[in-house]
Amino acid sequence: MSRVLMKGNEAFAEAAIRAGVKCYFGYPITPQNEIPEYMSHELPKAGGAFIQAESELAAINMAFGASASGGRVFISTSSPGLALMQEGIGFIASCEVPLVILNVSRGGPGVGGIQPGQADYLQVTRGGYNGDVKVPVFAPSSIQECANLIYECFDIADEYRNPVVILADGMLGQMMEPVELPEARGITPVEKINDERPWAITGTDNHPERNVVYSLRLDPQVLENHCFDMFEKYAKAEKELVRWTDQGLEDAEIVFVAFGTMSRLCVEAIELLEERGIKAGLIRPISLWPYPNAAFDKIGKNCKVVISTELSMGQMITDVKTAVQGRWPVSLINRTGGMVPSSIEIADRAEKALKEATK
Amino acid sequence: MKTVFEPTKGMIPVDTSYCPGCGHGIAHRIIMECLEERGSLGNTIGVVPIGCAINAHHFMNVDMCESTHGRAPAIAAGIRRVHPDQVVFTYQGDGDLASIGTAEIIHAAHRGEKFTTFFINNAIYGMTGGQMAPTTLIGQKTTTSVNGRTVEQAGLPLRMCEILSQIDCAVFVERVMLNNPANVRKAKAAVKKALDIQDARLGFTFVEFLSSCPTNWGLAPKDALNYVGQNMADYYPVRNFKTPEGF
Amino acid sequence: MKKKLFFAGAGGQGALAIGQMIAKAAMEEGLEVTWLPSYGPEMRGGTANCTVVVSDRAISCPLINEADVLVVMNLPSLTKFQSMVVPGGKIFINSSLVPVTSDRKDCDVFEIPCNDIAHDLGNERASNIVMLSAILKETGIVKEETVREQIEKMFSGRKAKFLPANLAALKTYLD
Repeated sequence: MSRVLMKGNEAFAEAAIRAGVKCYFGYPITPQNEIPEYMSHELPKAGGAFIQAESELAAINMAFGASASGGRVFISTSSPGLALMQEGIGFIASCEVPLVILNVSRGGPGVGGIQPGQADYLQVTRGGYNGDVKVPVFAPSSIQECANLIYECFDIADEYRNPVVILADGMLGQMMEPVELPEARGITPVEKINDERPWAITGTDNHPERNVVYSLRLDPQVLENHCFDMFEKYAKAEKELVRWTDQGLEDAEIVFVAFGTMSRLCVEAIELLEERGIKAGLIRPISLWPYPNAAFDKIGKNCKVVISTELSMGQMITDVKTAVQGRWPVSLINRTGGMVPSSIEIADRAEKALKEATK
Repeated sequence: MKTVFEPTKGMIPVDTSYCPGCGHGIAHRIIMECLEERGSLGNTIGVVPIGCAINAHHFMNVDMCESTHGRAPAIAAGIRRVHPDQVVFTYQGDGDLASIGTAEIIHAAHRGEKFTTFFINNAIYGMTGGQMAPTTLIGQKTTTSVNGRTVEQAGLPLRMCEILSQIDCAVFVERVMLNNPANVRKAKAAVKKALDIQDARLGFTFVEFLSSCPTNWGLAPKDALNYVGQNMADYYPVRNFKTPEGF
Repeated sequence: MKKKLFFAGAGGQGALAIGQMIAKAAMEEGLEVTWLPSYGPEMRGGTANCTVVVSDRAISCPLINEADVLVVMNLPSLTKFQSMVVPGGKIFINSSLVPVTSDRKDCDVFEIPCNDIAHDLGNERASNIVMLSAILKETGIVKEETVREQIEKMFSGRKAKFLPANLAALKTYLD
């Protein structure tokens, strides 16, 4: 396979097309604009459809319509745009309709800024939607992983009949790295839709029973049963969708926990600490929900402190503490608002945290 | 025995959840009759709104989905991209379409989306219990305008046909009313025409039905029908606003 | 081997483009590479910059604390970024537009009159390729041939008329 040099945003877009996306709906927002741009000229060539929606609200609902009627759908946005889409995400999950949503996040809160941020951690893992809904979330840290993950997420969304979110950040979106692109699968022809998705609304001539995609359940018992059913699915996800990588946990005194862009800074900080005679390791969650709690069981007995390392005021740290279960002190190294720490800053602050933990 | 009347196969043979005197049942039936008559029931995909008609998918015998409030036109646009050959429609009330969903309906028209929107205007929020809608008439009493709607407080009622007919890619725009058998027949003719124009893929097609809500208006069904024919039709002229050549 | 390069200039001067060309050439020569641009409103007039890391091993971090090579196409970029170069590092200055030299006496400084040379070649927009030529000569980071193939692809079809000036610009320091 030949490698091409691609921006993260372009790699997401191209890999989505190769995964057989039928529809993309987008609304311009920095730093993900390369994606609607790319989709507008490349998706029609592959036989798909592109709409520049009038708003993120419209985009998520166009996505619902296209997916409910059996199309494979991809949408992308950035932090405030995702906030606008939240109602739709909860509704789509309730209707059990698959969808892949990419959030190339930026600094917040509010309109915030456009530099890289991870302050959407809680937005994507807890959501702003109402009701008992869970959404699998994956966070890549290289352009290759961007392509691989999005390609796979369409199958996960289909299998679970649920939205799946990919959380990237402005740096991953804008950065270029060599990438090997996955093979093109082609779009499912319209007459084959119900073979793959028997529930899709395609017209009653195409399937034995009338199909209705719905969320409203006025009978509380019926609604409770629906939630129970959804949570059986989520329990399966908690077993099957947990992903992480780790390094040097056996003898690490410091264990960083970081995802996405921040994890790459941590890898360099670990090298700097090694030069100072300090052993540090890393847990890099790829699935943010379900959270890789099992990774923490690999931490060795030399560990003095676990450090949640984040581009936010400390959002993932709640999950880190839950995973740590009081076994080690948990500390936070963070910058926010679009500020990205240097690896030197991370190493310095980690050394200080280690001293405090061993005082 | 000779069959002289049969209910349309487009309606599922169950009692509707609508109040006595409500126009939804009539609107449902004429839309479904048109779809049946043209042989489209098996290749139609419909989108229901938030509002009383969220239940429409229990009554209309076609593939359907629900929508978030006001977003049915965006959802239908998505469906159309996957299904270029099917009949696609949205069915929306006035709170859904003329208030929370104005952006979506305007932009569906603006893009010339090849689907039909059936707009049921009964000048009030029905499902939530009779609150003021953008289409509530001046002086009309609702639970959020207890002394009657005033221009000072809430502006003038929104005329959707007049707005949408200004948009070039909205090619068929007509207002009808469901207050007597003759007008119901005219309404059905408008539905049929809208669907024919949708088939021709000429642009966005829109039919507004002036309809009644006896329960929330506090009127007997017969008085409610009179209110449609007099008060509503006074402010909302019943006519064709736009038809493409050849139809 | 790991080299960290930093390119800066005004938007439109092609600093990001030559960074990208080096990154692409390095990839084609089998190396690992990251290219990270600044993004945002500063692209509309202020300085635009990018970081390129080239290595024969996997690159952990695309962000750099210090640069082995700094390339500046205008004065504000020199002022702002010269302190990030490692002692003994290389600084390339577009002397056509930067009237001063670097304060860094501990670095190798190359003053390249990019715009003047490109102007004489008949296309001032090839000034960044003149700079690229100097970088290739002084660092040997990627092969001339790999870059030339890219330029030939880039200036084909409707843009073919720009090819001769750009190829000549690439040759400036490489003959």
